[in-house]
Amino acid sequence: MKTKNIMIVGVGGQGSLLASKLLGRMLLQKGYDIKVSEVHGMSQRGGSVVTYVRFGDKVYSPVIDKGEADFIVSFELLEAARWTEYLKPGGKIVVNTQQINPMPVIIGAAEYPQGLAEQMKAAGLDVDAVDALALAQQAGSAKAVNIVLMGHLSRYFDFAEEEWLEAIEKCVPPKFLELNKTAFRLGRNI
Amino acid sequence: MKTLMLGNEAVARGLYEAGCSFVSSYPGTPSTEITECIARYQEVYAEWAPNEKVAMEAAFGASLAGKRSFCAMKHVGLNVAADPLFTVGYTGVNAGFVIGVADDAGMHSSQNEQDSRHYARAAKIPMLEPADSAEALAFTKLAYQMSEEFDTPVFIKMCTRVSHSQSVVEPGERIEVSKTYEKNPQKYIMMPGNAKRRHPIVEERTEKLTQWAETAQINRIEDGADRKMGIITSSTSYQYVKEVCGDRYPVLKIGMIWPLPKQKILDFAAGVEQLVVVEELDSFIENHCRQLGLACIGKETFPCIDEFSQNLVAQKLGVGIENGTKLDAAIPARPPVMCAGCPHRGLFYTLAKNKVTALGDIGCYTLGAVPPLAALDTTICMGASISGMHGFTKAGGGEGRKVVAVIGDSTFMHSGVTGLINMAYNESCGTVIIVDNSITGMTGHQQNPTTGFNLKGDPCTKIDLETLCCAVGINRVRVVDPYDLAQVDAAIKEETATDEPSVIISRRPCALLKYVKHKKPIIANSDKCIGCKACMKIGCPAISIVDKKARIDNTLCTGCGVCGQLCKFDALTAEKED
Repeated sequence: MKTKNIMIVGVGGQGSLLASKLLGRMLLQKGYDIKVSEVHGMSQRGGSVVTYVRFGDKVYSPVIDKGEADFIVSFELLEAARWTEYLKPGGKIVVNTQQINPMPVIIGAAEYPQGLAEQMKAAGLDVDAVDALALAQQAGSAKAVNIVLMGHLSRYFDFAEEEWLEAIEKCVPPKFLELNKTAFRLGRNI
Repeated sequence: MKTLMLGNEAVARGLYEAGCSFVSSYPGTPSTEITECIARYQEVYAEWAPNEKVAMEAAFGASLAGKRSFCAMKHVGLNVAADPLFTVGYTGVNAGFVIGVADDAGMHSSQNEQDSRHYARAAKIPMLEPADSAEALAFTKLAYQMSEEFDTPVFIKMCTRVSHSQSVVEPGERIEVSKTYEKNPQKYIMMPGNAKRRHPIVEERTEKLTQWAETAQINRIEDGADRKMGIITSSTSYQYVKEVCGDRYPVLKIGMIWPLPKQKILDFAAGVEQLVVVEELDSFIENHCRQLGLACIGKETFPCIDEFSQNLVAQKLGVGIENGTKLDAAIPARPPVMCAGCPHRGLFYTLAKNKVTALGDIGCYTLGAVPPLAALDTTICMGASISGMHGFTKAGGGEGRKVVAVIGDSTFMHSGVTGLINMAYNESCGTVIIVDNSITGMTGHQQNPTTGFNLKGDPCTKIDLETLCCAVGINRVRVVDPYDLAQVDAAIKEETATDEPSVIISRRPCALLKYVKHKKPIIANSDKCIGCKACMKIGCPAISIVDKKARIDNTLCTGCGVCGQLCKFDALTAEKED
């Protein structure tokens, strides 16, 4: 199988590490070769963050380059727009419609562009927009945005819901298990 | 059972399996998780040292005592540890001694892009360079065998993309290794007479290691049908080359980056039309090839700046790539910011307001340099704020402005305290501000000598900063709460006005620490807000102006109340606690 590429992008602190952990666990269960490349350290502090998940028969590079991503899963609208160049022709963007202002916008040095989802669609990109924040809050915590989005992404894979839930059990502490399962189902079934 | 591991976690697993029983490190991205992961194994003693030099010396001592030992650091940490490094290369080891160093090509979280491979050659210490997690585990175990067989410390050289990528590994069992210590002055007392006898032994060892490199399996040739090109590469560059070229061209994958084989490279080059060297940062393998008299494509094609990627390698090798669609919209940058509730914010705001010249240091608080705070003048290396300020003030710098050094608690323990001693001894007059957030923040919350907890999370001796500063001869030491802007302002004005050295400890724990209780979010009273934007001067990510009125993001706000102290109209107020 040719290597498949999933980029998880968002704002530092939104929980992309748990999302990539879940994906990695799921794909390992499926017997793929996998590489998951993360960002630690300074760039985590509220900055733009990106995690690369690659799987297939044999994966070499730990990163995804421009024009290579089969999926971009974005935890925030502006971040999806930032990374569109990384999408391969025919790839799909799964995006949370939540907007988080970056510092240049907060201090008035830049504007948050309007109508980004529409602009992406107008540029011919395949965009699946979902209000993951509302679903996460419905599940019980705004912090579950990451798992809602993984649930939504799971619609595009041929893996059974039970297998995903099994992988979630291995990734989150028991205390938060039910919350995350609910969040996953809400994202998957919307 | 196959499992996914970070490169750093795999090094830790390798340490465990190799029977390593002593680890001492100082945290530094991207090396930190090696030590955090090894601390989970009960069989291994693991600690945070105050700095990398102490860590390396401690690990040497453990090797001397007969236990396999390890220390980890980032590339710039190796500069700090360079002093012992060059001499433990002479003494060699008793039990195996491995040094982990992680480079940061691309400077994801570093102040420079130095190439640590030069240290291997300079200190004449062999260096293994894994390209993924499975190799990180295997090479770490191999490093211990080599360390004992060749009587030398051995480097494991990581980089951001190997350290922070998870890939598949198959863990094995642990072995136990223990040797006895025997006094051996000729080997371990490096005074000139003995060191002169050790140096030839080091050179002989390098010869033997070079011979070993000729047949070592970790320097492997992967054949390819198209001999127009032959590529020598290592680490992540190997992954990019394979990603682009697959099995098309022959590849010599180097696992031991120093010493490099000679005949193996000559033979490889003889079998291909054009030799190409693909390596990140400096021309290390390339220089070796040129010394062997080989013509090759190297740094004139593959840059010495920034990290590589498959697209870069493809472009340089003339393979076509297709970028995706770029939007026309102007996408504002999203730089890292100080967190909402960060205790450093109030301090930096007050420094900027007082137009203070502030020499900075390494840590989260380097973000005080970013607008709108823009409160720092320098960032060089760990500890440089204090010693730099001393030189700056002695040279009459600042033109009448107030001058301070800003340094974190962990950085102060690392290498700030010697600068402070210098200030007392040489009668400086600047003010040192220790931003004490009770944790090593930037690298992800590691304990340090001032926190009262050790690496394993157990309570331990807590170094008292006030007592320490007084003990080294500073008479003016005071503590302020950075959430109290008036208190901070008074302290800065008073201490910078005196003509003797002083210390202000700006103390409040990091807002992200689990035990820190947050207050309820600040309430923005829109009827009182006139839209003057005074609250925007602190660059808090929880505050924004919507329809000309201040708005608080309740998911981010910690209720620290710094913004309210800037508001003259009582528009930002604390909600009553239950």
